[in-house]
Amino acid sequence: MQSSTMPSTDTPAAKLAFQLYAAIGVAVFLLMMVAGAAFRAAQAVWVPLPANFGYELMTLHGAGMVGVSGLAGAAVMWYFLRRYVALSTGMFLAMLGLSLVGVVMILAAIGIGRYAGAWTFLYPLPAKSMGVWGTHAAAAYVGGLVFIGVGFLLFYLDCALAILRRYGSLVKALGLDQLFGSRPLDTSLPPTVVASTMVVIIQVLGILAGAVVLVMTLVNLYVPSVAFDALLMKNLIFFFGHVFINATIYMAVIGVYEIIPRYTGRPWTISRPFLASWAAVTLIVMAVYPHHLLMDYAMPKWALVTGQVLSYLSGIPILLVTAYGALVNIHRSGLRWDLPLRLLMFGLFGWAAGVIPAIVDGMLRVNLVMHNTQWVPGHFHFYLLLGLVPLLLGTLLYACTRSDWTESALDRASFWIYGIAGAVFCFVFLAAGWQSVPRRFAVHDSAWLGFAQIGSLAATLAVLAALVLGVRLLARLPRVSLTA
Amino acid sequence: MQTAAWMWSLMFMAVIAAVFLWVVAGASTKVTDKADPAPAYRWRNRLFWAVIAAGMVLTFGTLWDWPIAGHAAAAPKPDVVIRAVGQQWRWQLDRDTVKVGELVEFEVTASDVNHGFAIYHGKNRIVAQAQAMPGYVNKLRVRFTEPGDYEILCLEYCGLAHHGMRSVIKVRAGS
Repeated sequence: MQSSTMPSTDTPAAKLAFQLYAAIGVAVFLLMMVAGAAFRAAQAVWVPLPANFGYELMTLHGAGMVGVSGLAGAAVMWYFLRRYVALSTGMFLAMLGLSLVGVVMILAAIGIGRYAGAWTFLYPLPAKSMGVWGTHAAAAYVGGLVFIGVGFLLFYLDCALAILRRYGSLVKALGLDQLFGSRPLDTSLPPTVVASTMVVIIQVLGILAGAVVLVMTLVNLYVPSVAFDALLMKNLIFFFGHVFINATIYMAVIGVYEIIPRYTGRPWTISRPFLASWAAVTLIVMAVYPHHLLMDYAMPKWALVTGQVLSYLSGIPILLVTAYGALVNIHRSGLRWDLPLRLLMFGLFGWAAGVIPAIVDGMLRVNLVMHNTQWVPGHFHFYLLLGLVPLLLGTLLYACTRSDWTESALDRASFWIYGIAGAVFCFVFLAAGWQSVPRRFAVHDSAWLGFAQIGSLAATLAVLAALVLGVRLLARLPRVSLTA
Repeated sequence: MQTAAWMWSLMFMAVIAAVFLWVVAGASTKVTDKADPAPAYRWRNRLFWAVIAAGMVLTFGTLWDWPIAGHAAAAPKPDVVIRAVGQQWRWQLDRDTVKVGELVEFEVTASDVNHGFAIYHGKNRIVAQAQAMPGYVNKLRVRFTEPGDYEILCLEYCGLAHHGMRSVIKVRAGS
């Protein structure tokens, strides 16, 4: 019988579970890219879509991307964390099963119920559609998110239990006893465990906040006389949303810690700056969310200052610990480049560079004139499309092809097209934000069409390249190894 | 401000890209002697303190003079007060004409869902904005320096006709 403090065993069920995550992840990412590109093409007046259908696509794209990013990020974390602690394959599959139930509900809400309240379900919009969608449609969407949230919560609680069994406490697993102790560091504590512990802490708290606000929204839907404070709801929604989407990248970056040292032969071990940065981001990711509410002047002044200051500080661990550490690790290491490594390093660049416009937008003085312009999708597409997705793809490809990878010209072409077209797509968003073009408009004024048109072309190329990379991954999925 | 944000972002992103390219370009070359990361990490320590110092300058430089006029601080009495109520999908303004140079205070709120009250000069420059939220009044102070028709757009997604939720503030030369 497997000891609860030993690593997980590599059963066929575990392998199949990982393959399911990879296959569903690739398919959903591609479909959601198509939905997003179609919305951009509608803005460009190249695809004739009624406004409501455009907003349905926008809602689907947002919810689908956030959800699949969470699932794929969790798959990367599970893939590596299970080497150090005993994780349950059942819980891992339960997360997928509950998420799929949630997805069906969300698809029904949008496709049948015409729900188009954006993925953020900003209270009280779900209940006040002016007759465009009904109460049950909004409830199906919100209920779908509840199912997905429950699935994730089960997974993170399983991770927490496994970490506690192996390391005794979350404090020790995060390395805080070492960080604040006087003894030499015990470098046997894997970076993966430190990162996973951070993710478990923030995700459990974030999802619980999400559950609270989702239930409050459901109550309001069916009992409209029970109304809630709109600012309180906004705080809860943005705390949940910010934590959730950020956690996806912090999970994906585990692939960098685990895989890059295998290319360079230089181990990536914990250090005091490493532990300090992960302790800091645990707090920062949860406390920084008021930077989404800088234009809510009803918020206390200290909260707005906190939002700006922590936005700035959040860049330091990313740039000076993870990105810097990876660059030092590969510097003149004699490594041999291949597609997984290219994707991982490019993903790290996308994350690091995307932090800059995020920090800029987190400044109150800038936010006053750039909040809810296309600057916002510009920066988050930078670190999701150019950061998260390449990190995930790189890790999954590595897991599938480690032993016998042969890189084709098509691989190289797809990588470069994805990177260049993706960068153009993101920079066009940023340029449009600079020119005050609003985000989340299904219909654009003629003065803004040029941005949407260039963005649509770039999006089409990026989706095609992603399709090739996705198919390459799916073709190799049968070869996946849990010990790659 | 928008141009400063754009230029500074491009510059720092270019620096990050250059560092990545430089390291990536040399990564497949193996150093002959044993790799010693210590000098790189000494540089990182210096960089850390430089970033902290820059952050303090940036924080005090951008927040000492509080960017939101009249928010959380004593402020001069406005010349004109305009109540702006967002409602799916129109703006109700109790006055739509002001003079250049007047200190205008918009009392921004919403009667149904969240909206975003953004004042545009032309199609490509936001002058200022505030969220319009049911149950709250956000006071936005603006002193228009140029005459013209300033379009009000909704910048918080509010449903089917969100993109069409507009109004106009007419700013006329003072007499």
